[in-house]
Amino acid sequence: MKRTLPEFGVLLPGIAGLIVLTVYLALLLQVESQTEIAALLVIAVVAALAATRFGVMPRIGRSFREFEGPFSLAIACAVLVMVAYFHEDHFILLLIATVIIYIIVTLGLNIQFGFVGMLNFAGAAFFGVGCYTAAVLTKNTPLPHLLILVIGGLMAAFIGSLLILPVLRTRGHYSAVITIAFGLLFKIFLEVNDVLGGPQGLHVDGMNVLGWEFNKNIEIGDDLEISFYVNYIIVGLLVLGLSFTLVRRLERSWIGLNLDAIRLDETAAACFGLNLIRWKVTAFTVGNFLIGMAGALYAMMVGFIAPTNFTFGDSLIMVSIVLLGGIGNPWGLVVATIILVIVPEKLQAIQEYRFLLFATMVMLMLLFRPEGLLPRPLRTYFPAWKPR
Amino acid sequence: MNAESHLLVARELTKRFGGLVAIDALSLEVRRNEILGLIGPNGSGKTTFFNVITGIYASDSGETVFDGNDISNLPAQAVYRAGIARTFQRSRLSLPLSIFDNIMVGNHMHLDQGLWFNLGRRGAFKRQFEEQFERARELIKIFDPPLADRMFEAVGGFPMIDRRRIEICRALISQPKLLLLDEPSAGMTHEETTQLMNDILEVKERVTDLTVIIIEHEMGVIERITNDCVVLNFGRKICQGSYQEVAADMQVQEAYLGIK
Ligand SMILES: Nc1ncnc2c1ncn2[C@@H]1O[C@H](COP(=O)(O)OP(=O)(O)O)[C@@H](O)[C@H]1O
Ligand SMILES: [Mg+2]
Repeated sequence: MKRTLPEFGVLLPGIAGLIVLTVYLALLLQVESQTEIAALLVIAVVAALAATRFGVMPRIGRSFREFEGPFSLAIACAVLVMVAYFHEDHFILLLIATVIIYIIVTLGLNIQFGFVGMLNFAGAAFFGVGCYTAAVLTKNTPLPHLLILVIGGLMAAFIGSLLILPVLRTRGHYSAVITIAFGLLFKIFLEVNDVLGGPQGLHVDGMNVLGWEFNKNIEIGDDLEISFYVNYIIVGLLVLGLSFTLVRRLERSWIGLNLDAIRLDETAAACFGLNLIRWKVTAFTVGNFLIGMAGALYAMMVGFIAPTNFTFGDSLIMVSIVLLGGIGNPWGLVVATIILVIVPEKLQAIQEYRFLLFATMVMLMLLFRPEGLLPRPLRTYFPAWKPR
Repeated sequence: MNAESHLLVARELTKRFGGLVAIDALSLEVRRNEILGLIGPNGSGKTTFFNVITGIYASDSGETVFDGNDISNLPAQAVYRAGIARTFQRSRLSLPLSIFDNIMVGNHMHLDQGLWFNLGRRGAFKRQFEEQFERARELIKIFDPPLADRMFEAVGGFPMIDRRRIEICRALISQPKLLLLDEPSAGMTHEETTQLMNDILEVKERVTDLTVIIIEHEMGVIERITNDCVVLNFGRKICQGSYQEVAADMQVQEAYLGIK
């Protein structure tokens, strides 16, 4: 097939958008003067409003939707370009790796809340389950570390399903209540448990895959030293790619349809044979699997974990990302995670008030744009498919 | 009476809400392939009867036999698999989802629900998707051909009449033996109602084995499409027969008992 002009017209806004965003992000990460950062943020808000006003957003959205595969690869490349640019800067690379890991977490929450409609206020706790699983297994077993990532996910999934089964027969938002309770108990449990290090926490071994030591800087030649965080960014991108594909395929299948149908009307769904418990358990379990896996990777990266990493506040941030980004839209999560992780790290003035700020943002969003920054488009089972 | 000629038999069904008896020892038979009209004043228990049959509410006593099997108090999912599908008095479509998605919810039992099939075998999934898309399209064409070209638009953007059509398609796509229609003409003009009834009769003609119970207020509709009518009042059956018999009887009731 020959490339036609209209197809290029569809591609162009996406390409332009991607380049502008990459340059902007690199700039935001690099700049350190607080006034310059503030100025950059103001520019971003104005640009976003203008882009919405002049209908640029839907066109960028269309590019991404119709060429999702190529654009996903292009984004991964853009990240690698940024990584090459910042190759020695530990702090910035840690920030990029954290964003990647957080996106995996919110993809998991999105399956639960965005698709089937179950609120999970224990995101940080399931993340913690993955972290502690990694800590214990790296120390006490010779299991390969990639397998430990998977086991971290399985542990979170397993604990989650034990927790949720008893309340599934009831209606309403019991999952919210039970996860809040679990999140609080989990932290207390860690604090009183000496085997798991108590309040002081635990050391976690760095990742090692077939002799490739992740926690060593990469030395090329005599004077080129690349930060060890790059290792984690690469693995993080791979895990993220798999997770993203999983979420997408889930959404674009009968299962995604089942989850939506249950979220929107349980009674009608039951009248057409949908097994509510089966699909809720599936969504909750798969979601927690992603969250736990992300936790295991995070623990190996930072090398040290303590109960204070897994507070209710952290869970709330995770939920706010989903609300802000666009409930059910994975691209919205990417954008919202970038904003909510990077901005408070760069703009020190708001560090202390970040909960207040997030809460305000979420409230404004729910009031004025309840579908989120990037609203979820209608389901297409096969994006390029057209009926005969 | 021959049980085989009856698709649905309800015996002494009772459903109470606290002190209120919504249906009261209701017995009722539905013959195969007929259209049965269920009429009665507001609050007489018609919708509750549907809700009990379809497993939304458990009955307090009595039993339901469907196609020779006891389906009393089965969960809604099992009732659907047995071959009963319905619409709701207040439309319960998923407005943010497309027409196709809404119809496919009703098609649940014909869709492969395996995790691996859905996530791993995209080729096989695509074949099933295309097959079912054609089925949905053929079905909706009976009701309104233009809708067949708008399958991937959100239902929320369509007018009431289209929503009713989509809701009936959602119920029909699973090829049920028994279709329950709860006031399908509510909120529609006279013309629209006539159209919709034509469509229902056309579906009935094309499908070999379909029985319908329709709850309806408009007596013209009842006269035109039903073979048999049941009149409820305060949860009890007060008479049963052809439209003419029931209409005559109702005049008597109205005259002597003041029921409307
Ligand atoms: N879920 C419920 N809880 C309490 N009362 C109900 C419920 N559903 C129906 N009812 C009552 O049962 C009676 C019959 O209602 P319904 O079956 O909806 O009547 P109809 O469909 O004939 O208008 C009414 O008095 C109604 O208020
Ligand atoms: Mg009613």
